[in-house]
Amino acid sequence: MSKKITVFTTNTCGYCGMVKKWLDSKKIAYNTVNLDDNPEMQKTIYEKSGALTVPVTLVENENGQEDVVIGFNLAKLSTLV
Amino acid sequence: MNNKENMTKPLMYGAPWCSYCEALKKKLESMDVEYDYKNVDDEGVREEMNAKTNDNQTIPVLFVGDEYKVNPNDEEVRKMLGESTDDIEDKQEDSMHDVIMIGAGPTSLAAAVYTSREDIGTLIFEKGIIGGLAAITDMVDNYPGFEEGVAGMDLADKLQKQAERFGATIELGEVQSVKKQDDGSFVLQTTSGEMKAKSVLIGTGSEWKKIGIPGETEYYGRGVHNCATCDGAFYRDKKLVVVGGGNSSAQEALFLTKFASHIDILIRSDAWKASEVLIKEVENNDKITVHFNTTATAIVGAEVDGMNKVTGVDILKDEKNDTIVTDGVFVFIGLLPVTYFLEGSGVQMDEYGFVKTDPKLMTDVDGIFCAGDVRSGATMQIASAVGEGASAALSIREYLENYDRRRAQATGK
Repeated sequence: MSKKITVFTTNTCGYCGMVKKWLDSKKIAYNTVNLDDNPEMQKTIYEKSGALTVPVTLVENENGQEDVVIGFNLAKLSTLV
Repeated sequence: MNNKENMTKPLMYGAPWCSYCEALKKKLESMDVEYDYKNVDDEGVREEMNAKTNDNQTIPVLFVGDEYKVNPNDEEVRKMLGESTDDIEDKQEDSMHDVIMIGAGPTSLAAAVYTSREDIGTLIFEKGIIGGLAAITDMVDNYPGFEEGVAGMDLADKLQKQAERFGATIELGEVQSVKKQDDGSFVLQTTSGEMKAKSVLIGTGSEWKKIGIPGETEYYGRGVHNCATCDGAFYRDKKLVVVGGGNSSAQEALFLTKFASHIDILIRSDAWKASEVLIKEVENNDKITVHFNTTATAIVGAEVDGMNKVTGVDILKDEKNDTIVTDGVFVFIGLLPVTYFLEGSGVQMDEYGFVKTDPKLMTDVDGIFCAGDVRSGATMQIASAVGEGASAALSIREYLENYDRRRAQATGK
């Protein structure tokens, strides 16, 4: 079973593009939530990550357990996806 | 590589949070080695490993039979798996890159256009963002050839595509060390395993300096930021403080006015160190107030709507203490060269930590070149970084033309 991956981004965030490029290079499917289009999600992101920054990547495993990766953190991302 | 029939299956001890372990896993997988894996976070595994390794406390550890190595390099892994010395040398030759460039900012991307166009095998390592600080700059107005300016992200994208068009490869990962070998080649320890190269270009650029005041680290990423294009959107209709009096501070403050209701810029001295065009733009923007002779002394916060947030910046202005109420702080007070991976390499730095080079952009170590913001004497401009990258590429070409002759002299072969 695959994991559900969501990348939270904004229109101008370069590091968000890097997370997406890396996931694309690994042929890993993901959803994108653009906070410029969905500003109401900012509080949700803060609650999950404790950070006011993007990118934030949520990795939900088969049991519904969520891991949060803040920023373009390949060392952490590569162990979760 | 297939495991030999009589060989015990290798066993690796590691942990999911250990980047060296991930690198060793990738290395074994790239060699097509079947192996067992034990996570030291699982109950009893750490104790089991300690008992078998004379109480070693470092991971990864690779066992083949009773023999083990802590964080083995490529050559050690191959020896443990029973490869002959001749085979190992052949593989080393096959995997030797003409040049490995560290950092995929404008410097290396420009250099890579030149090297890869001349069939010089070029591999670039990037641990952060392709395009470097340029890629996270909202708008670049002073890069020649773009009469209306260019978004930093677009410029980075164009530089990347141009370098890749001629065959340069960009690997997302981190270089941890660079060591020169007796035969004149280089070994680089990376998060993707061990890499070998005939020459190296340091193009790691610089990263933002911290102010070093209370609250800065505590609120980093949740009220204190260095990337306006990443995090500005969190401050729609909020008040912001920008710290710094250079071009970046002015440019990023102007960008942040797209979101913020008001911005206070704090400048320690009594004048800007920015271009006149930017200063005028700031002066004409009624969302911005500039405070000269003002030092930030602390970033303070409190619980607001269930979130621990930045609420103000303590300042010292004209020798008086005060507090500016704000929702967030963006810091652009200068740049520090990124050189931590050069420890033990023999490369020399100047008194400020920037890499010293000769007129051909070569460091004190023959075969290691350096260009762009990380170089002593750099002007911290994208156009300069690109120019230096091109110059370094020509020096690298010249160095490689004589590489085989030098290597034959060094090894006596």
